[in-house]
Amino acid sequence: MDKQPILQVNNLGISFSQYTKGLHRVDLKVITNLDVELYEGEILAVVGSSGSGKSLLAHAILGILPDNAVTEGEIYYNGKLLTPEDMERLRGDEIALIPQSVNYLDPLQQVGKQIKITIKDHEHQDEVVSDIFQRYGLKKEVENYYPFQLSGGMARKVLLAMALVSDSKVIIADEPTPGLDEASINEVLKDFRDIADTGRAVMMITHDIQAALKIADKIAIFYAGTTLETANAADFEGDGSRLRHPYTKALNRALPSNEFVPVAGTQPLPNELPHGCLYSDRCPKKTKKCEVERPRLKEIRDGKVRCLYAT
Amino acid sequence: MMEQVERIQVPQGPLFKFGVREKAIIAIGLFATVFIVILIAGSLIPEDSLDVDLYNIFASPSLAHPFGTDWVGTDMLLRTITGLYLSMKIGIFCAVTSAIIAVLLGIAGPIFGGKIDYVISWLVDLVLSVPHTLVIILVSIACGGGLTGIVIGVTVTHWTSLTRVIRAEVMQVKEMEYTKISRKFGKSKLFIAREHVFPHVIPQLVVGTVLIFPHAILHEASITFLGFGLPPHEPAIGVILSESMKYLTSGKWWLAFFPGASLVLVSMMVENIGRNIEKIINQKTAYM
Amino acid sequence: MRLRAEEISFKYNNNDKYILEDIDFSIESGEVVGLLAPSGYGKTTLAKILAGYEKPTSGQVVLEGCESRNNGYAPVQLIFQHPEKAVNPKWKMRKILSEAGMPPQELIDAMGIKESWMDRWPTELSGGELQRFCCIRVLSEQTKFIIADEMTTMLDAITQAQIWNVVLTYAKKHNIGVVVISHDACLINKVCDRVVSLTGDKRDVISPHIETNQISASC
Repeated sequence: MDKQPILQVNNLGISFSQYTKGLHRVDLKVITNLDVELYEGEILAVVGSSGSGKSLLAHAILGILPDNAVTEGEIYYNGKLLTPEDMERLRGDEIALIPQSVNYLDPLQQVGKQIKITIKDHEHQDEVVSDIFQRYGLKKEVENYYPFQLSGGMARKVLLAMALVSDSKVIIADEPTPGLDEASINEVLKDFRDIADTGRAVMMITHDIQAALKIADKIAIFYAGTTLETANAADFEGDGSRLRHPYTKALNRALPSNEFVPVAGTQPLPNELPHGCLYSDRCPKKTKKCEVERPRLKEIRDGKVRCLYAT
Repeated sequence: MMEQVERIQVPQGPLFKFGVREKAIIAIGLFATVFIVILIAGSLIPEDSLDVDLYNIFASPSLAHPFGTDWVGTDMLLRTITGLYLSMKIGIFCAVTSAIIAVLLGIAGPIFGGKIDYVISWLVDLVLSVPHTLVIILVSIACGGGLTGIVIGVTVTHWTSLTRVIRAEVMQVKEMEYTKISRKFGKSKLFIAREHVFPHVIPQLVVGTVLIFPHAILHEASITFLGFGLPPHEPAIGVILSESMKYLTSGKWWLAFFPGASLVLVSMMVENIGRNIEKIINQKTAYM
Repeated sequence: MRLRAEEISFKYNNNDKYILEDIDFSIESGEVVGLLAPSGYGKTTLAKILAGYEKPTSGQVVLEGCESRNNGYAPVQLIFQHPEKAVNPKWKMRKILSEAGMPPQELIDAMGIKESWMDRWPTELSGGELQRFCCIRVLSEQTKFIIADEMTTMLDAITQAQIWNVVLTYAKKHNIGVVVISHDACLINKVCDRVVSLTGDKRDVISPHIETNQISASC
């Protein structure tokens, strides 16, 4: 591929230094060997189960992890290695986060004012805000609301509007769909598609693979703190035989719209990770080699996969 | 081979990597030691060591008498420690008693609800709405003054805020899904209060109790200073301070300065212990 | 045995608008019934009413063929959407699991719960892992009906299939009725014998055959 990714995460690892008992501290490795690439005009969905730490990826890119977190690996933006200072400069300007809930807004400031902070063009702030409000069907007076006055749907739109007016090139949406019904989900998803079509890059972090499949160009499958596969959305069509990793195949088969068959076992906990491949304890194709060697990411059929035997 | 536990030990160099817990524990340990030393010292000072020494009255601070001496030549350091010892005993007693009242009322209100809760909330509001000092003076006089009077007075006024905190916590836990599920499993109210609610109250209780202490001793001292608390023959800080007022204008600053500063320092230390315990117990900061 | 809701209406305060109005619903033992409704329709409220967590403003819920027990283990059990709120954060997993008695080891194994999880705190496990505990807790001889309110909405597809598999197998074996509340038509289509759709301001009970066909078209 000759196109250069706007955002590239290489071999990211995040661990937390935590107390267990008394003064005994352990490093809890929550994310290991995670690779993600994001291109302009594209939607990448990072799909993984809830509570598995995938939001940390967004927090790592923005540089807003808590103090007891230790990161390794590299994050490149436009081909340039990001330092913590860069992250601070870029976040909100070039890289915007659409957080999970209005709890991320300042509860004591009117939403209109909060949106205006993110607009660089100070002279036309008012017009930009009223334009975007009109586009999302938000009434003028919503500008004067405080976050607690927003209904669920309004809140979503305000958060979305905030990311849009910022002229950011990369938008990261953290779990944008929970609590919405089918119609609202479709609306949100359509918005993301529109955003991507204007040439921006969208990373959607979600547990809902069905929602992701509707709009994403690429799907990164997040499992036990790593990405096992990056597939094109089209690979999921049909019987999923174009998918590369055994886990992705199993995930596709487990969908209620497909066969709804489970796989025994569970995702390993952060401090019980298998020594070799992270999926080795549940994998039907497992060999001795899988138990000792962590597979490297390799490129197969225009996608990436972390499996020794993927074809 | 599989299931291999990946626990990496953090190098625990005691000098270069201090987490929240280490810092908190060091602070607590340090202040608690000072606290206990004062307590022990206070209990070891015999009554007759507060001797009259008329050759040595109003000595300013020196090596022999670091805190100076008073109008009858008694060593002020000894008087201060004895005073602190008494204050601390009163403080501990009031804090513990207030905390017991707070737990009982704070849990009983929401659990039984209805009129009981109403009465308890009304009592809390009533006590909180009148200035503490005033209530303590009134209660203290009504109970015949002296040690008993001041202890009852301080206790009666200090259980309220902790009761409110505990009541709020209980109300919240009571509405949690896991508590309601427990009801559907056929668990009794007593089981829920003991197993579900109480563990959530403990942190607030411990911190709250410790934080009542500085309030209690400062109130005791100020009431005594005003002349409504402990009688003049008691070795209390409040008595020392009010006595020193007579000599301040003649430049005997040490009579008030050292006892007063010691009392404030003890209060600040205990306050600090409370804050640090909070850091360790609070789930948000405890694991970092 | 039959769980029946008769003309249930619900509103929070006297002046508020009704959240639910004149809902009739019934389910037999051993049946798996899907409840399909758009968000904001009051599905969660209905679930809570059916399980006895809320009292309806008018109407009643009856459990036919079961002597009423006021304080014991409730024959109708609700499984919530967010497992992290349904477990006491101050309890370890073993205590949480055995609150209503320790479930048999076969069930624990079938659910994929590992022994090493038992001595952990809830915050150390992910939503999918916690929900396994919450489900297994209500799989008991005394449970006659299970209300699953968006039980697997927040979970990944494999965990979802795993949990449903265990719950449905147990329900069939012990003749437990299951009400499946979900926004996911495909899921409902997959697991339910019959679907009830609550839409618009009119509720209509649609026969399984027709509804199933309608759903398959959209899946």
